[in-house]
Amino acid sequence: MTEQMKIPVNNINEHQTQPPLLEIKSLKKYFPIQQGFFKRVVGHVKAVDDVSLYVNEGETLGLVGESGCGKTTTGRCILKAITPSSGEIWFNDPDMGRVNVNELEHEQLVQVRRNMRMIFQDPYASLNPRMTLQDIVGAPLRAMKIAKGKELEDRVAEMLRRVGLRPEYMRRYPHAFSGGQRQRIGLARALAPNPKFLVCDEPVSALDVSVQAQILNLLQELQEEMGLTYLFVAHDLSVVAHISERVAVMYVGKMVEMAPTQELFMTPKHPYTEALMSAIPRPDPTPREKRIILTGEVANPANPPSGCYFHPRCAYVEDICKTKEPVYEEISPGHYVKCHRAAELKLSGVMNLA
Amino acid sequence: MPANNVIAEIKNLHTNFYLREGVARAVAGVNLTLEKGRTLGIVGESGCGKSVTAHSLMQLVPSPGKIEEGEILFYPPGSTTEVIEIHKLEPNSKEMRAIRGNQISMVFQEPMTSMLPVRTVGAQIMEAIILHQQVSKAEARTRAIEILSRVKLPNADRIVDTYPFQLSGGMRQRAVIAMALSCNPNLLIADEPTTALDVTTEAQILDLLRALQQDFDMGIMYITHNLGVIAEIADDVAVMYMGKVVEQTDTSSLFFKPLHPYTQALLRSIPQLDDVMARTGKNKRLETIKGMVPDPYRILPGCVFHPRCPQFMEGICDQIAPEIIEVEPDHIVRCHLYTAPAEAHTAKDARL
Repeated sequence: MTEQMKIPVNNINEHQTQPPLLEIKSLKKYFPIQQGFFKRVVGHVKAVDDVSLYVNEGETLGLVGESGCGKTTTGRCILKAITPSSGEIWFNDPDMGRVNVNELEHEQLVQVRRNMRMIFQDPYASLNPRMTLQDIVGAPLRAMKIAKGKELEDRVAEMLRRVGLRPEYMRRYPHAFSGGQRQRIGLARALAPNPKFLVCDEPVSALDVSVQAQILNLLQELQEEMGLTYLFVAHDLSVVAHISERVAVMYVGKMVEMAPTQELFMTPKHPYTEALMSAIPRPDPTPREKRIILTGEVANPANPPSGCYFHPRCAYVEDICKTKEPVYEEISPGHYVKCHRAAELKLSGVMNLA
Repeated sequence: MPANNVIAEIKNLHTNFYLREGVARAVAGVNLTLEKGRTLGIVGESGCGKSVTAHSLMQLVPSPGKIEEGEILFYPPGSTTEVIEIHKLEPNSKEMRAIRGNQISMVFQEPMTSMLPVRTVGAQIMEAIILHQQVSKAEARTRAIEILSRVKLPNADRIVDTYPFQLSGGMRQRAVIAMALSCNPNLLIADEPTTALDVTTEAQILDLLRALQQDFDMGIMYITHNLGVIAEIADDVAVMYMGKVVEQTDTSSLFFKPLHPYTQALLRSIPQLDDVMARTGKNKRLETIKGMVPDPYRILPGCVFHPRCPQFMEGICDQIAPEIIEVEPDHIVRCHLYTAPAEAHTAKDARL
């Protein structure tokens, strides 16, 4: 097999503390708004606006937020599937060492994408209906010139087995499979080049609950077996809490809070996180004492409010929030928050709301 | 004649789809009762027949599908004797059209596609009002604005002239709800109305539906696959699997004392926040239901859940179809575990 050809660059011993596998520094992605015949740029949609985060090796970082908050765009920028407007994406590639994905040229990018891969939300739209499973799962291997012929076939069979599908299915087309099975196929394709890091973009939100549990378990098993690291983008907070060691919350293109899962859910420091926690529908009909229902709408990323983007909907708003943008800072070890009043506010987590 | 607060009854409903691959029995013997001022939640995985049940009630089953057997009875308010037999009405008959959108109305899953993109929100709401109530256009517009503000849309007098694409997902879903409520329905069918929305917006919409139910005293049939949403909104719950109601009871009994193995398995397969918050170290695995939903063309002998059931009893479950058993008052279940009273089975708490 081909992994033997590559000897991972092992510079971990040089560091006392291991650097994060992935580190993003002030990532920005602005989409221009064009108008008129000459496509004059009249403004920008700030889909991702100054996002910084890190993912340690072997962990799962959950990325949550409402639709349109830029979580998918962040995921795509990490692989440079769309080119970021600015920012640094530092990735510890086992072959190439620490690289800034945003500055890589095409050939190196193909290289780095052996180690960072993506799985998608819609298991129906993300598989080409005219390709057999062998073509789909083998595609990255062929494109990256990792394997061909008999070796490729063996590798595909191995991948299918790993994700819980029978290798005999190799000659079939995606239409013969159910949603959950298709998601397994997508996973086999992503894992075929034996990557380190996986961006999972809402991988279970299109699935039924019983199938969702199967796929979540599979993701956890594969993580342990193959030493994978996940960035898990989702809007279902219970699922994110279940699978992630740490969780990052985005609001209108900005990172508002990042903390270890239990800390974030039990003692949130940002009012938006608190509102999110309170909105989680829970399979428990016991009435809750207190529930925060946000008023108003999510801010428009093309024309965001002044100061803190959340201030028009925030229950704890003060004058400073309307004019000055808060800084995203570490308030306790590993707990980052972007709020003027983070230190003084006593916010409720999921447990106090129950 | 049933009790006064019953709005509609579904009795032994069978709806089949005649496809090239065979006959898909989407709804195979469903009994449901809808009451005034109460919410009946219907949960199940995709393909279990929950939406087809709702569509049957509205006579909106699309073409290869047909209501094959059973009765759908609608009791119009204000009359104690009148019964409308919906199952006998033609889908496009005058009588059916007089009920649909007027006394029974529906909110669909996808707020993007349930409104016409080329007409304003107001025009679409006014259309229903003018059709069902003899009012002038100006009067209809006033009512449209009124109903838009009832669903808590800000600046209703401005929103009335906007097009659906100018509104956000949550606002559009409010507008769709306004449209459904425009003729003061007695029964509102909500088919996954919040599935496409974010949690914070979902919380707003659920809150709104609860408030509107009190104001209008209407019955709601709420269809979803999300057990969390069911716990929030429903008074009673019916769990469907393969076209059958396998368990039905009030919401707290269902969550705290589920009887059917399928309900128990469903409840265990969703991540529980309490567990996550209490855990130390690496997260544990979720429990799964083995296998998957069988294809709808097959007729399984015995219980429909037997190939996946953890408490499968050979010779019984795969041979005899279980009947509906009322294990406790108002708690019915379709399972052989509860047939023999001698082997009285104490249901385990699914939240273990």
